[in-house]
Amino acid sequence: MTVISVTKDYGLALRQVELAHGGGRFLGPLSLTVAPGEVVTVMGPSGCGKSSLLAFVCGTLDPALTGSGRILLNGAELASRPPEERRIGILFQDDLLFPHLSVAGNLAFGLPPEIRDRKARRARIEEALAEADMSAFYDRDPETLSGGQRARIALLRTLLSEPCALLLDEPFAKLDVALRARFRSFVFEHARAQALPTLLVTHDPADAADAGGPVLEIDAGGQVMARRTAHLG
Amino acid sequence: MTRRDLLAYLPGATLLLFLTPVAAGLIGTWLPAFGYFPTLGGDSFTVEPWVLLFDHPGLGESLRLTLVSGLLATVISFSLTVFFLAACHGGRITLAIRGLMAPLLAVPHAAMALGLAFLIAPSGWLVRLVSPWATGWDLPPDVATVQDPNALALTLGLVMKELPFLLLMTLAALEHSRAEERLAIARSLGYGPVMAWLKTVLPAVYRRIRLPVYAVLAYSLSVVDMALILAPLSPPPLAVQVLRWFNDPDLTMRFVAAAGAVLQLLLVVGAIALWRLAEILVARLGRIWIAGGRRGGKGRVLRAATTSLVQLLVAMAAAGLLAMALWSVTRRWRYPDALPSVLSTDIWARQGHDLLWITGTTLISGLAAAFIAVALVLGCLENEQRRGLTISARALWLLYVPLLVPQVAFLFGSQVLSIQIGIDGTWIALVWSHLLFVLPYVFLSLADHYRALDERYSRTALCLGASPNRVFWRVKLPMLLRPVLFAAAVGFAVSVTQYLPTLFAGAGRFVTLTTEAVSLSAGGDRRVMGVFAFLQAALPLIAFAAALALPRRLARTRILREQRA
Repeated sequence: MTVISVTKDYGLALRQVELAHGGGRFLGPLSLTVAPGEVVTVMGPSGCGKSSLLAFVCGTLDPALTGSGRILLNGAELASRPPEERRIGILFQDDLLFPHLSVAGNLAFGLPPEIRDRKARRARIEEALAEADMSAFYDRDPETLSGGQRARIALLRTLLSEPCALLLDEPFAKLDVALRARFRSFVFEHARAQALPTLLVTHDPADAADAGGPVLEIDAGGQVMARRTAHLG
Repeated sequence: MTRRDLLAYLPGATLLLFLTPVAAGLIGTWLPAFGYFPTLGGDSFTVEPWVLLFDHPGLGESLRLTLVSGLLATVISFSLTVFFLAACHGGRITLAIRGLMAPLLAVPHAAMALGLAFLIAPSGWLVRLVSPWATGWDLPPDVATVQDPNALALTLGLVMKELPFLLLMTLAALEHSRAEERLAIARSLGYGPVMAWLKTVLPAVYRRIRLPVYAVLAYSLSVVDMALILAPLSPPPLAVQVLRWFNDPDLTMRFVAAAGAVLQLLLVVGAIALWRLAEILVARLGRIWIAGGRRGGKGRVLRAATTSLVQLLVAMAAAGLLAMALWSVTRRWRYPDALPSVLSTDIWARQGHDLLWITGTTLISGLAAAFIAVALVLGCLENEQRRGLTISARALWLLYVPLLVPQVAFLFGSQVLSIQIGIDGTWIALVWSHLLFVLPYVFLSLADHYRALDERYSRTALCLGASPNRVFWRVKLPMLLRPVLFAAAVGFAVSVTQYLPTLFAGAGRFVTLTTEAVSLSAGGDRRVMGVFAFLQAALPLIAFAAALALPRRLARTRILREQRA
C-alpha cells in the first residue's frame, strides 16, 4: 500500500480533549499521539466515556454531549469537519453489516466511488475477499455468516474506504476467546500493513497486550491514571 | 367459564368483530354488482350493471381524477417524508416538526379540506390578503382554484393530511431501525448525511412503513369527504360517483353503484400491486446504485427545500384552521377585505340547538368507540403477554384490512347485513362501524408501549403474591396510563373523522359534526361552515390535550397526598 514517511506531523493526535454532559466534564483532559502503523490502547471501566471519545474523534458524538479539544490527522484539524470528510474508519462491537446488502454489496458500499468501472470495483472486492480467505462469500447474505466471518467483512469494508486512521470500539468483545485472538491479529496486521494510526478502546487487558503499543488507563472519573508502553508480545 | 378463558377468546372475538362486517360487506357488494339482490328484484346473475357502469359518460373522467389525485398525493407525501427525514435526521427541526404533526394528524379530513378551501378559493383568505392592492382584483378572480379540473386542490389537501401520518409512522419506525449506528458507519466511510440515510437507513425503515404507505395509497384513491369539498363534482372522482349512485332515488341504480364499488376496490388493489412492483424495481436498481459507492454532498439544498416545503404545508394547515375560526365569529367580511369588518358570536348562538345535538352525537359515538377499542386492545395485548405470544407480520395485515379496503367498496354490503340483523340506523351499528377504523389505530398506538413495559415489574408483583389480574389493574395499567389515554384520544379522533360509515351505518338518522360540515360545504354559509368545521377540528385536539394533561394532574394530586401524609 502507500508508503508514508513517518515525520512528526503524521498520525492521529488528540490535544486536551474533554467531554462533557450538560456542563459536567466526564472525560479528560486527554492528550495522545498515534503514529502511523502504531496501535494506542485506551483502557478503562465501562461507562468511563471510552466510546464517546471515539465518537468525538469520528464526528458522531451524541448531540446531548459536548466535546472540546483538538483532533489532528496528519497535521490537519478535524474537529470542525463533518464525519464523512474526516476519513476515519471505525469498527464497533457489533459488525453492523447492512442486512439489505450482500457481502459484496457491503464491501462495495465502502469502496470509493472514484473507482468507476464496474469490473474494476468487482476486482477490488474479490481481491479483498481473497486476502481474508473468503472468496466464496461474494454473493452471500451477511446473515448466513459466522461471527468471525462477519467481523472480517466489517474490517474489509472499512479498509476498502481507504481511511487515514482506524478507530476500534471494542470490536473483539463479542467474539469467543479463540476467535478473538485470531481476529485481533488480523486487524492489527492490516492496520500495520497500511500504516494506519489505530486507536483502540477496550477493557480487556489481552487486547492491549496484543496491540503492543502504548496504553492509557482511565479511571471511572474519566481521568488518565497511567501511561505505559506495553511489552511487545 | 373462568375469566382466564374469556381472555383467551378475546383476540379471536376482536378479529371477528371487525373482519365480519368487512367480509360480509364485500360479499354484499359483489353480489348486487353481478345483478343478485333479491330485495330489489335481482334474482339472477347478470353483467348488466357492468355494462351500464362502463356506458356511463363520465366514468373515464372520474377514473382519471381518482388516479391523478390518489397517486400524486401518495407519491408526493411519501417522497417528502423520505427526503425531509434524510436531509434533517437528528436535527432540531425534526423534533419541532414531530411536535406539530401530532395535532395536525388529529384534525379530521373534512375540517382540513374546508380550511384549505377557505384559504385558496378565488375569494379565499390568501387572495383577500393581497387584493386589491397587489393584484388589482376587485372581484374574486375567475379561476377554479378549488374543485379545479385536475383535482390538484384535492391532491394538496390529501398531502396535508397524509404527510403527518407518514412522518409520524416513519419516525416511530426509525426508533427500531438502529438508525444512528447505521449512519455513523456510513459517514465514517465518507458518505454525506443524505446519501448515508437513503442508502443505509431507508431500506431498513421502508420495511416497517410499507403497510402505512399502502394505507395512504388506498385512502387517497378512495377518499370521499375531502373530495366532496375539494374535487370537481361533474363528474366527480370515482368514490364520490359511487356514493351518488348508492343514494340515487332510482333504486335500480344500486346495481350500478355496487359494480362501481367493486371497480373502486379493483382500482386500489391494482394500485397497491403496481406500487409493490415499483418497490421491487427500485430495490433492484437501488442495490446497483449503492454498490456504485457515490458518497454525495452535504445535502444543504435538499435540507432547505424539504424543510421549507414541510413548513409551508404546516403553515397552510394552521392558516386554514384559523380562517375557519375567524369565519365562525364573523358577521360581515366583505371581499376583498383582509379581515372581517364586524365580529359577533351570533352564528354560534343561532346554531345552538343543532350544535348541542350534533356535538352530543359526535361525542357519544367517539367516546363509546374509543372506550370499547381500548378495552379490546388491552385485553388482546394482556392475553398475548400472559401466553407469551407474539403477533406475526401476517396478523398485522389483518389489522390493516379496514384501512386498505376502500370504504365505499364494503359499507353498502355491511349496511345490508345490519338491516338483516335489525340494527340498521341504531347506535350499535354506528359505533360498530366506527370501531372498524378506530380499532386498528388504537392497536397501533398502544401495542409498542405495552410490549415495551419492562416485564420485571409484573414479575416482581407476581412474586409478591399478586394475581395476574391484580398485576394488570394495579401495576401495568397505572404505569401505562399515559399511552392508554393517548390511544383513547387517537381512537376518539379517528371516530370523529368518519364520514361514510356514519352515513351508511347511521342510515341517515345520525348527524355528526363531520357529516354536517361536509353537507354544509355544498353551498351554505361560510360562517356556519366555520362553526361546524372549527368544532370538528377542536374536539380531537381537546381530547389529545386532555390525554396529555390528565396523567400530569393525577401525578400532582398523588404528590400532594404523599406530602400531606
